[in-house]
Amino acid sequence: MKNINLIMSGVGGQGTILASDIIAEVAIAAGYDTKKTDTLGMAQRGGSVVSHIRAGGKVYSPMIKDGQADIMLGFEKLEAMRWAQFLNEKSIVIVNNYKIPPATVNTGKATYPADEEIIGILKGKTSHVILVNGTEQAISLGDIRVLNIFLLGCASFLLPFEVQVWMDVIHKRLPAKIVPINVSAFSKGREEIQNGSF
Amino acid sequence: MITLLSGNEALALGAYHAGVRVATAYPGTPSTEILANIAKHEDVYAEWSTNEKVAVEVALGAAYGGARSVVSMKHVGLNVAADPFMAASTTGINAGLVFIVADDPGMHSSQNEQDTRYYAKLAKIPVLEPSDSQEAYDFMSLAFDISEQFDTPVLVRSTTRISHSKSAVNANRQRQSNPKIGFPRDYRKYVMLPANARQRHVQIEKRLLEVTAFTETLPVNKIEDGNSALGVISSGVAYQYARQTFPEASFLKLGMPYPLPKAMIKDFASKVKKLLVIEELDPFIEDSIKVMGIEVTGKSIIPLVGELNPDVVETCCRKAGLLPELGSKEGTDEKPALLGRPPLFCAGCPHVGIYFTLSSMGHRSSLSVRNKPGRESSMIITGDIGCYTLGALPPLSAMDTCACMGAGIGQALGLEKAGVTGDIIAVIGDSTFLHSGITPLVDAVYNNGKMTVIIMDNLTTAMTGHQDNPGTGKTAQGKATNRVDLEKLVRGIGVNDVQLVDAFDVKGIRNSVKKSLGNPELSVIIVRGNCQAQVKKKTTPMFIDRDKCTKCDLCAMTGCPAIQYQDGEIFINDNLCVGDVCGICRQICPQHAIGPKTSSVEGKAK
Repeated sequence: MKNINLIMSGVGGQGTILASDIIAEVAIAAGYDTKKTDTLGMAQRGGSVVSHIRAGGKVYSPMIKDGQADIMLGFEKLEAMRWAQFLNEKSIVIVNNYKIPPATVNTGKATYPADEEIIGILKGKTSHVILVNGTEQAISLGDIRVLNIFLLGCASFLLPFEVQVWMDVIHKRLPAKIVPINVSAFSKGREEIQNGSF
Repeated sequence: MITLLSGNEALALGAYHAGVRVATAYPGTPSTEILANIAKHEDVYAEWSTNEKVAVEVALGAAYGGARSVVSMKHVGLNVAADPFMAASTTGINAGLVFIVADDPGMHSSQNEQDTRYYAKLAKIPVLEPSDSQEAYDFMSLAFDISEQFDTPVLVRSTTRISHSKSAVNANRQRQSNPKIGFPRDYRKYVMLPANARQRHVQIEKRLLEVTAFTETLPVNKIEDGNSALGVISSGVAYQYARQTFPEASFLKLGMPYPLPKAMIKDFASKVKKLLVIEELDPFIEDSIKVMGIEVTGKSIIPLVGELNPDVVETCCRKAGLLPELGSKEGTDEKPALLGRPPLFCAGCPHVGIYFTLSSMGHRSSLSVRNKPGRESSMIITGDIGCYTLGALPPLSAMDTCACMGAGIGQALGLEKAGVTGDIIAVIGDSTFLHSGITPLVDAVYNNGKMTVIIMDNLTTAMTGHQDNPGTGKTAQGKATNRVDLEKLVRGIGVNDVQLVDAFDVKGIRNSVKKSLGNPELSVIIVRGNCQAQVKKKTTPMFIDRDKCTKCDLCAMTGCPAIQYQDGEIFINDNLCVGDVCGICRQICPQHAIGPKTSSVEGKAK
């Protein structure tokens, strides 16, 4: 059984924790020993959030070591760049092409890094950096909040779990009312990577 | 059935299956979800207690009454509860009593980094330390059994990384019945007059010897045979990092780090060439092993400060020569200096209006627009613990102290009595005030304090995720209950000048603060408004009319995350702004340039 290390980072309120819960449940349902851990700061929302998900035959530490992430899902550009230390030359990085400026940028005390800098840092680690317009796609599907499931759809194409297992967990974890839009978001995300010219 | 559970969910389910009937807690990260999950079971009595001391006393009473009871808190909560914690050790119990205390190495959401295991040693009670969610589940049942077998409370120590990580749990037990309700009156055991307490101390020492002997055969202390060149002793999540770092080494994994199985440790030490202890925070296990006269390495290579992780453990062990050196590139990767993302108030937060008022009246803002250079603020604001501690950060910069729960009011009185001049203001949240702000306010009334106390009442315990408290009128199990009226409470203590203002009425707040600071007597202002993150009410978002805006930046001084800059232009982010439910920026704009987006301002701007 192959070991899988996945890093997921974003801003509080983007739904990263639900997304990391879903991946971990999918991995458990697929028979993997699985651990996941979330690190979030003090704020209810608006702070940095990073989740580590590890699956394999036997997992000890819930935290991934530097340079050991197979996949990174970045929900926001600055937050993807923040955790570049976990990448190696084989890592696959999927970044939502979206900015959420920190308060220091809002008050004019700092500048948000340019795209070239962000992509440069990620590409300095691995050539497999894929930008997706997740927030845009989520809005066009009708709800910005389905971004997390869209990105899970993206990741699903790179992970060894059956689509049916993902569907089962999505049905289990989400209120029935919002399942259809999230299933669409998942499919959209999966197609994005499947049909991409990466 | 294998399910994915967080450490806290597993502790809660473990307690439930162990037959817990009474569960108490005060919310505190990373422990909050333990009680929140137990409270979902209707056949358990679960309460958010006023503070951790009360939580322990209620659980202790319930254990005297024959109900298996559990009390959970964060590490600093045990400081508040230390008195009844020690008393519980002295009297012992009737039915099982388990303390779950969650430490926060790395201080993800805490004011200090203390190692709770020392408390167990102080109270001479056994401590269990799970290293994943399965153990969190399993150890609860064991903790209750040990508690009842030895007539002792048992402490289960978690850490942030255990409480907030998820892993597979086989929750294979049924809920135990707990049939022996009743209080077996016993004057010598439960009434700690000195004559009785002297006898109890003898019992405690005897009990500790018995538990120590018991630990030698306890299955949760286990040797995992490996290479004899290195023997590692570890517990908690540190075990996981150690096991990953040294897959070939011999291990002694301690499920119970106090009291220690001395014979087992001696035997293990004698079979390995080098002995290493890997533990998070203090050298608790290491020091005890050294006292046994055994040579051991620990904190001379593993950091005392901060949270461990597999990288830290591996890097330290490489430096110490326990692992081979790596090539120069690997392991020396510097993290680039990155733009931070500090926590902030939510858009529509009821704390912003009062902090904006204090910041502007006291000339404290970090934004230069309102403060004439060289103007020193003479306003001192003592603070407290909650979401509102974020008021200390720029641009509001409206807090000067934050020590521990309830400390701000006493500190304000102390500053005043020291003879410090200037306006002295203590700010405290509703839940924190009820937790430990009442007694210092009584002290201020009694000792003729003159300061202003501002209770920021957002009608919930917001920071930890909106738990109810005595001021909300709802129990931990969602039932309607009595509501403690803060205004009546404050008046009842003897404060004569009490004002109640709307958190979203900036003029009203300013007038109250002015009136209060002008009054030479002790005064209290209750600033009340719903937590936006809880009620999620939203009206048409605000909009800045560029024709009227003079770019004075006063609205930016609120620190509201919805007020943003793009290409040098200030604007209000529609997705974040909650509109007139808050309306603070609209009230403070000197040019009247801010209004709801649908009104004429937008039309004009176009």
